Amino acid sequence: MSRYFLKKLITLIILLFFVSLTVFSILFVLPGDPAQIILGLNASAETLANLRAELGLDQPFWTQYTDWIFGLIAGKSGNSINYGVPVTELIRSSLSVTGPMAVMAIFFAVMLAIPLGIYAATHHNRPGDVTVMFFSQLGLATPEFWLGILFILLFAVQWGIFPAGGFPGWDVSVWGSLKALILPAVALGAIRASILVRLTRSAMLDVLGEDYIRTAYAKGLKRRTVVYVHGLKNALVPVLTILGLQLGQLLAGAIIIENVYYLPGLGRLVFQAIGQRDLPVVREVVLFMAAAVVVVNYLVDFAYAAVDPRFKLQ
Amino acid sequence: MNAPVLEIDDLTVDFHMPEGVGCAVDHLSLTVENGETIGLVGESGCGKSMTALSILGLIPQPFGKVRFGSIRYAGENLLTAHSERLRRIRGSEIAMIFQEPMTSLNPVLTIGRQVAEPLMEHKGLNKTDAYAEALAWLEHVKLPAAREQLSQYPHQLSGGMRQRVMIAMAMVCRPRLLIADEPTTALDVTIQSQILSLMMGLKEELGMGILLITHDLGVVAQMARRVVVMYAGQVMEEADVEILFEQPFHPYTQGLMQSIPRGLKDDRGRKIRLNEIPGNVLPITEKVGGCKFSTRCPSVFETCINHHPSLKTISGGHRVRCWLLDDPDRRR
Repeated sequence: MSRYFLKKLITLIILLFFVSLTVFSILFVLPGDPAQIILGLNASAETLANLRAELGLDQPFWTQYTDWIFGLIAGKSGNSINYGVPVTELIRSSLSVTGPMAVMAIFFAVMLAIPLGIYAATHHNRPGDVTVMFFSQLGLATPEFWLGILFILLFAVQWGIFPAGGFPGWDVSVWGSLKALILPAVALGAIRASILVRLTRSAMLDVLGEDYIRTAYAKGLKRRTVVYVHGLKNALVPVLTILGLQLGQLLAGAIIIENVYYLPGLGRLVFQAIGQRDLPVVREVVLFMAAAVVVVNYLVDFAYAAVDPRFKLQ
Repeated sequence: MNAPVLEIDDLTVDFHMPEGVGCAVDHLSLTVENGETIGLVGESGCGKSMTALSILGLIPQPFGKVRFGSIRYAGENLLTAHSERLRRIRGSEIAMIFQEPMTSLNPVLTIGRQVAEPLMEHKGLNKTDAYAEALAWLEHVKLPAAREQLSQYPHQLSGGMRQRVMIAMAMVCRPRLLIADEPTTALDVTIQSQILSLMMGLKEELGMGILLITHDLGVVAQMARRVVVMYAGQVMEEADVEILFEQPFHPYTQGLMQSIPRGLKDDRGRKIRLNEIPGNVLPITEKVGGCKFSTRCPSVFETCINHHPSLKTISGGHRVRCWLLDDPDRRR
C-alpha cells in the first residue's frame, strides 16, 4: 500500500514537471507583452524596460523557469501581475466557487444518470429505455454554454427562481451562494449525465446477462436486491472510470460556464489571466488543475479497489 | 400419498428469436417424487436447461415463453402462481445449482454474504445468525477453512471449492427440490465424484428430490433412480436407470451410451473406436415433419421422416418415442 503511494507520488511529480515546462514554454513564446498590457499602449520604452526587469521578463528562458520552479518548491507562489496578491490566494478564493460547483455538478450527474441508466437497462428496448436514450442523445448534442443560457432565460428571467449570474460570496450569504451555483452546476452536470447514463445502461445490460444474476434470482432475492446489489456493484467499475475523467473535464467546462454566469471561479480566473497576460496566474492555475485531475484519478483507483475485490492497488 | 415434489405435464416452451420461433421444450412431462433423483439427459441445446429454468420462472426474457402445460410443485401450479409466491419458493423450497461455479457466483460479493443471503431473505434471520448458519453449512459441505472463506471472494477459491459454496448456498434453506444443472461438468474428475457423493449425502439427509440435468450418462448411472432422455425438446426415452442401461431402446439413447469412453477392446484385442452420433442437434427453429431425430438416426426409414412418433409405454415405466417399436425388424 505504501509502495503504491510512493509510486503514485513519483509519477505525479514527473507529470507536474512536464506540465510546468509545457505551460511555461507556451506562455514564453506566446505573443503579447505583459508589461505592455499593464502599462498601456502609450507607455514609454524606458518604463516598459524597467517593468520588464522588475518582473524578471528580461531574463533568459531557463533562468525564468528555474526561478519560478524553485520558488514553488520553496513554497513561494508568484504574485499576480494584475492583482498584486500571491496566486495561491487567488486559487483559494476561486476554488471556493469552482469546487462546490464541480461537486454539485457531479453529484447531480450521478444522481440523474445512474438511476436512469439502470432504468433503461432493466427496460431494455421498451418505451422507457427509448425515451431515456433520446434525451441522452439530445444532451450529448447540446453545448453547455447554450444550456446555461437557456437556464438563465427560463429560471432567472422568466420565472425568477434563481439569479442570472454573479456570486455573493460564502461569508455574505451561504444560501445565496448556493443558489448562484445551482444553475451552472445543473447545466454542467446534465451534459456529463448524458454520457454517464449511456455508460451505466450498457454496463448494466452486460451485467444483467451474467450467470450470477440468474443465480441471484434463483435464490429468490427481490428484484431490487438483484439489480442494485448484485448488478450495480459489478457495473460500477466502468462507470467510475468515466466519472474520474469527467471530473477533469469539469474543470475545463467550468471556464465556459463560469463566464456565462459571471462566477469568480477557477475557470474565469484563468480565462481572464490569459487575456491580461497575467503569466504567474496562468502557470500556477494550470499546474493546479493538472494536479487535481491526477489526484482525482488516484482517488478513482481507490474506489475501484473498494468496489471490485479483484482489483489490486499496485 | 403426498403429491410429487415436481410434476411437469405437457410443458411447451417457445423461443422467439430473430430467425423465427422455435420450440425449446416440446410437450415434456416428467415427475420427481419426494426424495427421488431423476436424471435429465441429452446433448447441449436439447432443451434441458430451458426445462430447468422454466420451473423457477427464469427462462430468458423476452425470448422465452411457456406456451402451455403445467409445472406443479407439491401440487401447486408454478406457472399460474403469483410472482411474489414464486420468488418465495425460489431458493427456499426449490433451489438450483448451476454448471459454472466461477460465473454463477457474484465476483464482488463475499462468500459469506452470498451463502447467507437466502437465509436473510426467506427465513428472516438477522445478519449474525444468517452468517453463523452459513458457516455451519460451509463446514457441512466440507469447504476447507470455512471460517476464513466467509470473507473471501469467489476468485480466491478453486473450482471445486466454489461448487461446494454453490451447494451450501442452495442447501441453507433446506429445499424440498434441488435442480442441479450440469453440477460437475466444469470440474476435474476427482472433484466430480466428491461433489456427487456430497450431493447424495445431502439428499439422504434432507430427503429432497433432485432433478439432475447432465449430458454425462456416467453421472446419471451413479446418481439417478430414473432417467429421462431428451432430444430437441422432446422426451425420447424414459426408464428406471437399470433398465435404461441394460436395454436402451431408442437409437439416440444407444448412441449416447456408445459415446461413453470405456477403453474397451474387441475380440482381437484392438481398442474399439469411440462411437459418435453423426450430425448436430437441430437448430430449434428448424421444423421437422416426422421424428426429430430422423436426420441423424442410423435406423431411419420412410415413416420416421413423414410421421411424428408419440411416446409409448413398452413395459412398466419404460416409455419410448420411436417408430421402431412398431417395426422392430428394421433395427440395426
